[in-house]
Amino acid sequence: MTASERPSGDALLAAIDLQKSFGATAALAGATLRIRPGEVVAVMGPSGSGKSTLLHCLAGIVRPDAGRVVYAGRELSALSDSERSALRRSEFGFVFQFGQLVPELTCLENVALPLRLSGVRRREAQRRATGWLDRLEVTDVAGKRPGEVSGGQGQRVAVARALVTDPRVIFADEPTGALDSLNGERVMRLFTKAAKSSGSAVVLVTHEPRVAAYSDREVVVRDGRTRAEEMVA
Amino acid sequence: MTPGGTQPELGFGGGEHPPRFPSRWTRDLTLGARLAFAGGREGWLRTALTAIGIGLGVVLLLGCAAVPNILRAHTGRVAARADDFSFATTDLPRGDATLLVADIDTRYREWNIRGQLLQPEGPRAPLPPGLSALPGPGQLVVSPALARLLDSPDGALLRPRFEYPVVGTIGEAGLLGPNEYAFYLGSDQLEEVSRGPIGRRIDHFGAVHASQPLSPMLILLVLIIFVVLLLPVVVFVATAVRFGGEHRDRRLAALRLVGADGAMTRRVAAGEGLLGAALGVGLGIVGFLVAREFAGVVTLYDQSVYPADVRPSLALGLLVVLAVPAVAVGVNLLALRRVVIEPLGVVRQAAGTRRRLWWRLTLPVLGVAALYPLSPGTDLRDGTVAQIQVTTGAILLLLGVAALLPWLIEVVVARLGTGSVPWQLAMRRLQLGGGTSARAVVGVAVAAAGAVALQMLFGAAARANTVSTGQDPSRIQVEVSLIGQDSAQEVTLLHRLLATPGVTSGYGMTHFSIVDPAQLKPHSQGSQPGIWDLTVADCASLRQMLVIDECADGDVFQASPTGAPDPTDPHPGERVLIGDPDQPNAPHWTIPATARAVRSATDASGLTYTGLMATPGAISGSALPRPGIVVDLRADDDDPDAIERVRNTAAGVDPLADVTSLRATAENHNFAVIRRGLAIGALATLLLVGASLLVGTLEQLRERRRLLAVLVAFGTKRTTLSRSVLWQTAIPVLLAMALAVLAGVGLGAILLRMVHEPVRMDWSGIGLITAAAGLVVLLVTGLSLPLLYRLMRPDGLRTE
Amino acid sequence: MSIGQVFLGLLESRPSYGYDLKRSYDERFGQDRPLHFGQVYSTLSRLLKHGLIEVDGVEPGGGPERKRYAITGAGVTDVQRWLAQPEKPEPYLQSTLYAKVVLALLTERPAAEILDTQRTEHLRLMRELTQRKLDGDFTVQLISDHALFHLEADLRWLELTSARLDQLATVVRS
Repeated sequence: MTASERPSGDALLAAIDLQKSFGATAALAGATLRIRPGEVVAVMGPSGSGKSTLLHCLAGIVRPDAGRVVYAGRELSALSDSERSALRRSEFGFVFQFGQLVPELTCLENVALPLRLSGVRRREAQRRATGWLDRLEVTDVAGKRPGEVSGGQGQRVAVARALVTDPRVIFADEPTGALDSLNGERVMRLFTKAAKSSGSAVVLVTHEPRVAAYSDREVVVRDGRTRAEEMVA
Repeated sequence: MTPGGTQPELGFGGGEHPPRFPSRWTRDLTLGARLAFAGGREGWLRTALTAIGIGLGVVLLLGCAAVPNILRAHTGRVAARADDFSFATTDLPRGDATLLVADIDTRYREWNIRGQLLQPEGPRAPLPPGLSALPGPGQLVVSPALARLLDSPDGALLRPRFEYPVVGTIGEAGLLGPNEYAFYLGSDQLEEVSRGPIGRRIDHFGAVHASQPLSPMLILLVLIIFVVLLLPVVVFVATAVRFGGEHRDRRLAALRLVGADGAMTRRVAAGEGLLGAALGVGLGIVGFLVAREFAGVVTLYDQSVYPADVRPSLALGLLVVLAVPAVAVGVNLLALRRVVIEPLGVVRQAAGTRRRLWWRLTLPVLGVAALYPLSPGTDLRDGTVAQIQVTTGAILLLLGVAALLPWLIEVVVARLGTGSVPWQLAMRRLQLGGGTSARAVVGVAVAAAGAVALQMLFGAAARANTVSTGQDPSRIQVEVSLIGQDSAQEVTLLHRLLATPGVTSGYGMTHFSIVDPAQLKPHSQGSQPGIWDLTVADCASLRQMLVIDECADGDVFQASPTGAPDPTDPHPGERVLIGDPDQPNAPHWTIPATARAVRSATDASGLTYTGLMATPGAISGSALPRPGIVVDLRADDDDPDAIERVRNTAAGVDPLADVTSLRATAENHNFAVIRRGLAIGALATLLLVGASLLVGTLEQLRERRRLLAVLVAFGTKRTTLSRSVLWQTAIPVLLAMALAVLAGVGLGAILLRMVHEPVRMDWSGIGLITAAAGLVVLLVTGLSLPLLYRLMRPDGLRTE
Repeated sequence: MSIGQVFLGLLESRPSYGYDLKRSYDERFGQDRPLHFGQVYSTLSRLLKHGLIEVDGVEPGGGPERKRYAITGAGVTDVQRWLAQPEKPEPYLQSTLYAKVVLALLTERPAAEILDTQRTEHLRLMRELTQRKLDGDFTVQLISDHALFHLEADLRWLELTSARLDQLATVVRS
């Protein structure tokens, strides 16, 4: 593939020919992907195709067996675990399908958590968190615990948490998977709007076309391989 | 759903015929029991944890249930070999069924060795228990433990003391425990001296034992120890039943979904708890039997126990076996009271309600009310109302700690919200789910409160039971004494002792009785002849005993505490008999007219000598019979083996020689036994509590595997989460310790007042207990870290 | 989709008589509406006229049904262009897409690519509609949603078909 030899160019984050197996099953078998600053890329494909593994590799959570992940000119596999953790704290944000909010903390505290992990003082962290809750139209649940809010509200809180550190890339794994269409659309509308306005790139793993329609372009993963990556340029 | 086809059939038979009452019960209980194993590996693990937890508790409880029998067996063994009947009223004449015995106990390092000299006076002389034949003169019978010690390199220094042929082993019947050091040495040198130290004449072994009653203070200690040790075990059993409780609630909800009613779910829950408890009791019995076999291996403070003696009494054993499952079911049902299990899930009612203070305060208040009126000096022996009152009072006070603690944790934690991220995570978790951790640390609190009270009692008991011996080890360190053949033996003994390596200096003296023949003549019934002491020693030795400036060989002194001799004492110039006046050839001696009256000092062994003190020159060197020989020695401080060599030398001169290592204080033996019991019990309790804390933490971590993975994705550091686990464990334990110290000091103060002792804080004891609790926290945190780290791997993000 | 494009695809897989073409068409694509012979022959003659097919041979006895037709080079190019070009996303597109996939399988072309291309086209339109929806008023939102749901159904069908291409290939080629 000529793509794999090309330097990452204007890409902010690039995965080049990634391979990853869990035991005998190959999750990734040559996945290549480029994310440019500020763009929203939908990663689509059937269940078990390796979408989530690709996302985990891109985010430096999982180390690929072979291939390279390059973020802003730095190769992730060359970084230590703590360096990658620090990168995730400061440069990346995450939204998952469910089970991501700490149930004991209030929504506001949940949103402030990434800032506090990076050493921001509590008062300042909560001030910034309040701003993001406002942008995602969930100011009214700030004092409530995740167990007391609806699924859509919880997911918007999670989006606010992903955005609160002004990350350059947000990884979203089926962010609307547990929501009905109306709530899912609302989350996506606010999510993409907020990401665009803060210039964050989004890697959006989804199997729902209407969710993918919020992206700028899509990448299809099938049997651990990416397709259509270079076709839409 | 379940692989392996272990899924029970959920038949409720709701349709056709409503089953009759008993069958419905058995059906639901059985279903519950089967559910305990459903759910594959996880289900097994949960049930196994519960069973192990309960099993541990049962082992401890059975151990406690065996204590009365252990004590009874111990008393029985002590009584069976009793040979000291010197308080008996009649003198025993020599016969063909009599035996002379003498105590020749010795010490080796920190161990006591029981030794008896045996000398049969006829063919039908009694046999001590555990012996098949009496050893002949110069022959040795030893306990198995002593035989091992003598054979081992450790016993090298002891061997010279036992250079006799070993002709037999003491059987189990003659020993207090498998590891007791004991021996019997045959002799033909003993003489019967009525009520004297040389030999006692007996015609049987064994006594109907009237053991020395424990003092009220010691009874109090034993009672509190039992309360303190057993309450945490009960708390632990209650916690163990709830292992995996959340899963169980969800399972019950699923049962409701397919049509079970509330009563049915309760019965199913009961069945589930019952199975875990039954397995636990089984495990506990097996564990107890195994642990019992190891009882013989352990020796503490010279005491060991035969496994066969560790027998739970029938009543207590039955109580344990029946009460534990009952508690298990009870706790299960009680836990369900706060949970509404609906077909679509579990609703916890507890979430909204605040813990109430008033009923929690009632318990300790009632406890104080029960304890406080007990006036100082109350009779606490078995069966008295006061004993029951003390026990209930202490139990109520300690239960009060258990009841107050969850409330305290809730109130305090609610005010501790802000701080670093680990702190915040831990506090919030405690605020929401404080009940679970509170349940676990209640055990620590009860144990610690009791232990603090006990430490205070111990402090007082130690002061009361530690008798000042009056000995002054700075002047001499070892005293050897024996009844000699003649006064020349003193010289030999001193000579040989001074030649013993490690001995730096020493001096000797001999003691005699002197009798005024004038007073002896009108020997009338009821009035004893005038008998005084005569001590013969050189000037150096006399300076240790008397306040004198000048002394030369040939001098004689008349010593008294005041310096003015009693008018009834023999006067200088008087002629007296030395030794036993009944002996026909007892030598006469005229007290020199130059004898000076002096004040007596206290010698190094704490004795004050009064009476006549003579230098050898004044006695004209005559070989005087049956002197009491005392040699005081200084030994090299840096040579711990010196004392053993002194004992060897002394035993070589005369097996009856008594070697005393001087100490400033001596501890009451009963007291030492109780202290040891507490130490073991407290350790076992802390380990149990640690185990339940650990299980709780691990369970919580496992339930949050996904959340942990998400936090890792966010770039959360390991240290952040580890610290959060630490705080989460430490804060409840810290609060538990604070409450425990408070309650413990209160209980200790009340109890001390009861036994007339001044209240004094035992800071070192409190520190020790707090340190132990802190160690448990660190241990629990440390042991949960591997799982935490494993769960922090990204695998947790993979939901499918 | 026209009958002619289908005939071209069928002829590319192998030369056929008019009667066989009709039967293949009816079996695979005709569903409830079989072709009239008249349609068959008018289509064939139009294709002949454009030089996309040629008569490969004639059975003795004469008559149009005895002629065997084969595809020409120009015809293959035409099939290729048609298959490669995504359809304009619209409701009830399945029959055309289905025909394309079947013909791609018959002519041993990469059918998955056709589906991917189509998916891209569908998503492109969905993006447009989503954008319109975000910018527009409530009425626009409702109308856009209607279209989006239909397109989503198509896309789901595309996904499903992609996942079952192997199965379809064995059925088609048997």
